[in-house]
Amino acid sequence: MTHISVTVDGTVYEDEVEPRLLLVHYLRERLGLTGTPIGCDTSNCGTCTVELDGASVKSCTVLAVQADGGEVTTVQGLARDGEWTELQRAFHERHALQCGYCTPGMIMAARDLLRENPHPDSDEVRKALEGNLCRCTGYQNIVRAVLAVAEGETASGERTGSAQEVTA
Amino acid sequence: MTGQAVEREVGRARLRKEDARLITGQTNWTDNITVTGLLHLAILRSPMAHARIERIDVSPALERPGVVAAFSGRELAGGLGSLPCAWPVTEDMVLPDHPPVAVDEVRHAGDPVAVVVARDRYAAADALEAIEVDYEPLPPVLDLEEALAEDAPLVHADKGTNRAYVWPFRTGEDFEALRQRADVVLKRRYRQQRLIPNAMEPRAVVVTPLAASGEFTVYSATQIPHILRIMLSVVTGVPEHKLRVVAPDVGGGFGSKLQVYGEEAIAVEVARRLGRPVKWTESRSEGYLATHHGRGMIQDIEIAATREGRLLGLKVDLLADMGAYLMLVTPGIPILGAFMYPAIYKMDAYEFNCTGVFTTRTPTDAYRGAGRPEATYAIERAMDELAAEVGLDPVEVRRRNWIRHEEFPYTSIAGLTYDSGNYEAATEKALALFGYDGLRAEQQKRNERGDAVRLGIGVSTYTEMCGLAPSRVLRDLRYSAGGWEAASIRMLPTGKVEVVTGTSPHGQGHVTCWSQIAADVLGVPFEDVEVLHGDTLAAPQGMDTYGSRSLVVGGSAVHRAAEKVVDKARRVAAHLLEASEDDLEFKGGVFSVKGSPEARRTIQEVAFETFTSHDVPDGMEPTLNSEYLLDPENFSYPHGTHLCAVEVDTETGQTRIRSYVCVDDVGRVINPVIVEGQVHGGLAQGIAQALYEEAVYDAEGNLVSGTMADYLVPSAADLPDFVTDRTETPAVSNPLGAKGVGEAGTIASTPAVVNAIVDALRPLGVHDVQMPCTPERVWEAVRSAQGQSAPKEASA
Repeated sequence: MTHISVTVDGTVYEDEVEPRLLLVHYLRERLGLTGTPIGCDTSNCGTCTVELDGASVKSCTVLAVQADGGEVTTVQGLARDGEWTELQRAFHERHALQCGYCTPGMIMAARDLLRENPHPDSDEVRKALEGNLCRCTGYQNIVRAVLAVAEGETASGERTGSAQEVTA
Repeated sequence: MTGQAVEREVGRARLRKEDARLITGQTNWTDNITVTGLLHLAILRSPMAHARIERIDVSPALERPGVVAAFSGRELAGGLGSLPCAWPVTEDMVLPDHPPVAVDEVRHAGDPVAVVVARDRYAAADALEAIEVDYEPLPPVLDLEEALAEDAPLVHADKGTNRAYVWPFRTGEDFEALRQRADVVLKRRYRQQRLIPNAMEPRAVVVTPLAASGEFTVYSATQIPHILRIMLSVVTGVPEHKLRVVAPDVGGGFGSKLQVYGEEAIAVEVARRLGRPVKWTESRSEGYLATHHGRGMIQDIEIAATREGRLLGLKVDLLADMGAYLMLVTPGIPILGAFMYPAIYKMDAYEFNCTGVFTTRTPTDAYRGAGRPEATYAIERAMDELAAEVGLDPVEVRRRNWIRHEEFPYTSIAGLTYDSGNYEAATEKALALFGYDGLRAEQQKRNERGDAVRLGIGVSTYTEMCGLAPSRVLRDLRYSAGGWEAASIRMLPTGKVEVVTGTSPHGQGHVTCWSQIAADVLGVPFEDVEVLHGDTLAAPQGMDTYGSRSLVVGGSAVHRAAEKVVDKARRVAAHLLEASEDDLEFKGGVFSVKGSPEARRTIQEVAFETFTSHDVPDGMEPTLNSEYLLDPENFSYPHGTHLCAVEVDTETGQTRIRSYVCVDDVGRVINPVIVEGQVHGGLAQGIAQALYEEAVYDAEGNLVSGTMADYLVPSAADLPDFVTDRTETPAVSNPLGAKGVGEAGTIASTPAVVNAIVDALRPLGVHDVQMPCTPERVWEAVRSAQGQSAPKEASA
């Protein structure tokens, strides 16, 4: 067992963990932060993407001990006082999710892209999200959502209904 | 229906109610569920395709830390029956025993042989390695044609054959006679590669037992909580009324969760034996072996036609890979396809022969479209071949054969009555959006120049049978269940509304659409409607979600249930207003007396009055609730035209989709945003079959494409932007006029893409490319066409 101290979504946790414990299992099973799901066992699908010290990582390829002393942000740590981030709003407004299983990872990966490249074009968005698989949307609306944030267009237009129709 | 209200909600681009939870990570996936005392189940699976289990010893696993119990198949066998097959397509179908854990023999790589239960998932996984199994290898059965040979090794020795069933279907004139007098006879062989559905959420099940009362709650990542409840009761012997099945948030299905899986039965049995809650969650690579696959067919298709390109007859001989066992609807999938080979075309003869074949591979079953994509692929590829043979444009050959809009309703040669449609309108719209003529001109120029990168244009005009319902038709097809759907409406004392639906969504947005439907009929705000689903306690009746049936059957049931509420409310309102029912208008949720608008009651006021029941008509039941079970009279038939332009590099074999346009007619649209999303997702899966995906087995029957690293699920970078549009001819067989949309994109896109690739390469002598059309396969096709004058398979 190894002692770790890690900040997750603003809360500091002190824990004893097996050295082999994956970060995603630490988050889900130990901390109960189940907002980050697991989609594969080969780091191909990206559903478990979180931020570790400001960069997106697939939490199924990081050991919990590697997060020692670090700061982790999951999708559950994004909204502040019930206010969604622009990306969360854009995913909702552009119908960029169906079953929603890939959504936490997609949002975290898109945050990473927009930090690196605040004004990507469509091809750059598609390339940046290559490591995150979605089986429902065909990606088009995900790309639209990310571009909408990049272009500062999160206020919804006619296609996605008026602002009062935003149900959240 | 209340005219004004329709404008208010149905057809409106409502944002989804479902999203808030999913976007903030406040989800309820089955694997998230935990309860006190939870144990983790892990399953040891066969590393071989086919072997006899000579010896199995689970006891060393019990020595491992954290392990609570371990069982071999034989140890579990007493408590569990065979897994069900609900679709005995013929009277004499061979139905092998299918134990949830193999007892004496394994029949595909991944067949379960033993289970371990431990205090955490790491301990359970570790302990699997301690189980000792001696296998005596048996010959694998992999090739569909060889499997039918006299001396072939048998998947189920006790059955004496690998032939599961033979299903013949002949209608119209005699095909053999027609082919004698046809100008053109084309024979082609197409292969439907095996696909792995890949819902993003792996399967999972949690079972919590209540020993004192013999009750069990089963949480499962399933599309079919209601069917699962019945079937699990049969398999485990737990009485149906003691089983509660819950499908919490479910992360996609695409048919792969339309199943009663061994793991679900095992979890119930282990929970029963130990008196403790258990959880099993598959890893992706475990799922590749254990979750059913899709497609897997060899199609020999023959068409007879005139020199002018008019179809006379169609014959299809199909070999369908069942895999090792017949699961819930395995045998029925190709039979669904049988009705769709004639597609949108008129002809005089149709002959279909299907042979279901056992192999030592993972069982096949429903995958998005289920039988209909396969049929559409074969006929749409063949129509292109016919066009090439008679020297017509592929669109023109379709035009000469399709059912014209004034001919609806039209009974196809396969016996389906297509209620409404307009193929001309959808096609014209698609051609215009696509810029068809311009692309053909560019293609010609490139061909004349002999460009290395060729342009190809693919067309696919399709219809499908959706809204799987009419129970009597399902009876005629020997399907064991009905096809109706249930809905109930509960108008609460405060005027809020609970809609209870028997459908069970996993990404399709039922909560939003059902709210729109109910809000319109009841005249209440969209926000005031909640939808309950996916829990046999909260929604006790239903036939669940598959085959694009939810909106057509389930949504229509919601509509009818809401109408019943309005009817009852009208009686109460008339009583309260001391007016005749005939004198009441109902608009925007308000009953008012014609001519004196000040005499009014809102439906919410009426709901409160019927709740207190202080002053309702004599003999009226309290509360403003209703229930409606709807069994439609017909399937629904969406259709559309899909056009794809590809650039194919003849030197590298690389294909790039340059543009993709589709115009779908899915009948009346409840929510255009959701419809568009469903089309996008369907296109991605259909294009993936054309270009990327294949379950590959080696000569020993090992699944070579056994992880996401080996099986190419396309990413955002692999797919283009789609142009989608619609025409709208409402269905006449349901009150919504809806036709179903979930499968359309998948069905139509695969042939559109492959037709485009072949179209690009046809001037080089290529007549077919086997799916998935990888760069290697395309390059090989070009090379072999250049080496030889023409492919041998083209014969008349």
